[in-house]
Amino acid sequence: MHFTINGQSFDVEPDIRTSLLDLLREHVGLTGTKKGCDHGQCGACTVLVNGRRINSCLTLAVMHQDDEVTTIEGLGTPDDLHPLQAAFVRHDGFQCGYCTPGQICSAVGMLDEAAKGWPSHVSESLDDGALTDEEIRERMSGNLCRCSAYPNIVDAIREVADGARDERRVGEEAAA
Amino acid sequence: MKSFDYARADSAEAAVADGGSEGTKFIAGGTNLLDLMKLQVETPARLIDISRLDLASVEATEAGGLSIGALVPNADLAAHEVVRRDYPVLSRALLAGASGQLRNKASTGGNLLQRTRCYYFYDTTSACNKRAPGSGCAAIGGFNRIMAVLGTSDQCIATHPSDMAVAMAALEATVVTLKADGDRRRIALADFHRLPGDTPHIETVLEPGELITHVELPPAPKGRQVYRKVRDRASYAFALVSIAGIVAVEDGRIASAALAFGGLAHKPWRDPAVEAALVGHTPGDAAFAVAADALLADARGFGSNDFKIPLARRTLIATLRELTA
Ligand SMILES: Cc1cc2nc3c(=O)[nH]c(=O)nc-3n(C[C@H](O)[C@H](O)[C@H](O)COP(=O)(O)OP(=O)(O)OC[C@H]3O[C@@H](n4cnc5c(N)ncnc54)[C@H](O)[C@@H]3O)c2cc1C
Ligand code: SF4
Ligand code: FES
Ligand code: FES
Repeated sequence: MHFTINGQSFDVEPDIRTSLLDLLREHVGLTGTKKGCDHGQCGACTVLVNGRRINSCLTLAVMHQDDEVTTIEGLGTPDDLHPLQAAFVRHDGFQCGYCTPGQICSAVGMLDEAAKGWPSHVSESLDDGALTDEEIRERMSGNLCRCSAYPNIVDAIREVADGARDERRVGEEAAA
Repeated sequence: MKSFDYARADSAEAAVADGGSEGTKFIAGGTNLLDLMKLQVETPARLIDISRLDLASVEATEAGGLSIGALVPNADLAAHEVVRRDYPVLSRALLAGASGQLRNKASTGGNLLQRTRCYYFYDTTSACNKRAPGSGCAAIGGFNRIMAVLGTSDQCIATHPSDMAVAMAALEATVVTLKADGDRRRIALADFHRLPGDTPHIETVLEPGELITHVELPPAPKGRQVYRKVRDRASYAFALVSIAGIVAVEDGRIASAALAFGGLAHKPWRDPAVEAALVGHTPGDAAFAVAADALLADARGFGSNDFKIPLARRTLIATLRELTA
């Protein structure tokens, strides 16, 4: 089977039952993505497939041969952190760090959904995409943190969301 | 997980030609099927991957409604412009379900066919008529906090866990299918899921190998639309009780009402007596109490789920107040 992960090609022949999560961890050596529950209940395994966040434990590797998979290793490196990685460090958005790769991949997908104007369960109106703290908490509810670093996780995400919004505004003003 | 053969279908016709054979299952998002396969609650010998079929768009119908492809992800459906504008109860129900990650994967067809969250169904060491017909029902006389209070049988008291399906029941959706012989069927959502009766393992009227291709919504209904979900935590939890309500008030009276209930039964529950108790009446707690009496006249608790009966009553009254305020 052929896979594209973090822009790199991999040819491996895993058992047909292999989940995307086990493919990443056991077959291509990308152990940044974590296994918590293996049943879609914790979000530790969150990765981006064609830019969308999904639980890699609840999908088969074989179903993703034509997709672009991005894991935490593909977002940034220790010398060149992704803005969300840097913000998690700055805000102490973790204790043990086990949920962190999933939190960060999920936040990347979530910010993209919010930028498209997708509403959430707590949105007052279905046309309102303003990213309040309540919105961030709801949209990130698929990522559990056993250490309960939630307040700092929300702080880190808010900082990046606000930065992206300011950049967009500057861009729009420049264009206008 | 038991091993299986895997094939990717190139067309809906190819999928159904292959889909009816013993032990064969379609896989779409996989978020329910793989969960159950890991526990060997489901042990298909063959999986047909339908996830790449060309059934992922939402289109207007000639009748003025909406046709939703079976592979439209729950996230995209909730965010769809026309759904947000004309069918907000459906957006709200979808957004109340699962998590952002799961909604990105979960498909419209798979959501309708997701199986119960009954703890004993998931535990292969327990008696469960749904998983192992004839073995009994560990939930009756066991811990049954999340189980049904309406339409149960002495064989099974499980609920259907979908939020989306409850909204679609209120909207009077139609499920469109393709059968192995190439015939298409149109099934009213109200007739799609079955009550448990003596065969709780047969959950819908689908035939083996029959593929859901679309779900159609009629033109947007009149009135206000609300989805209210009561659950054990504020997010990322299944409903204990949920209500999809669509009510129009004209000249101070309820002109039309469609109410569907989740968490109470083996299928999205609709009861014409509830709607009849409302239509023509002045909105207010007097009429709402009569509607709640009608809904719960035959309700029966099994111990740990007794609380659902008063909870359903209060949730209905609160929802009706919101719909008619
Ligand atoms: C942790 C967790 C929390 C959840 N919370 C909620 C919640 O709060 N509310 C809620 O409503 N749901 C919830 N869900 C369930 C989720 O919505 C379902 O798992 C999902 O909708 C199933 O869709 P799928 O495409 O992944 O289905 P799959 O797993 O691919 O398939 C499910 C079933 O449908 C069949 N199937 C799929 N597509 C078709 C088709 N087109 N034609 C015929 N048969 C088909 C398959 O053979 C299989 O039997 C939750 C799930 C998890 C794991
Ligand atoms: S309620 Fe239904 S699903 Fe649950 S144990 Fe009884 S038979 Fe099985
Ligand atoms: S490991 Fe996938 S959600 Fe927990
Ligand atoms: S930092 Fe420990 S689980 Fe989140």
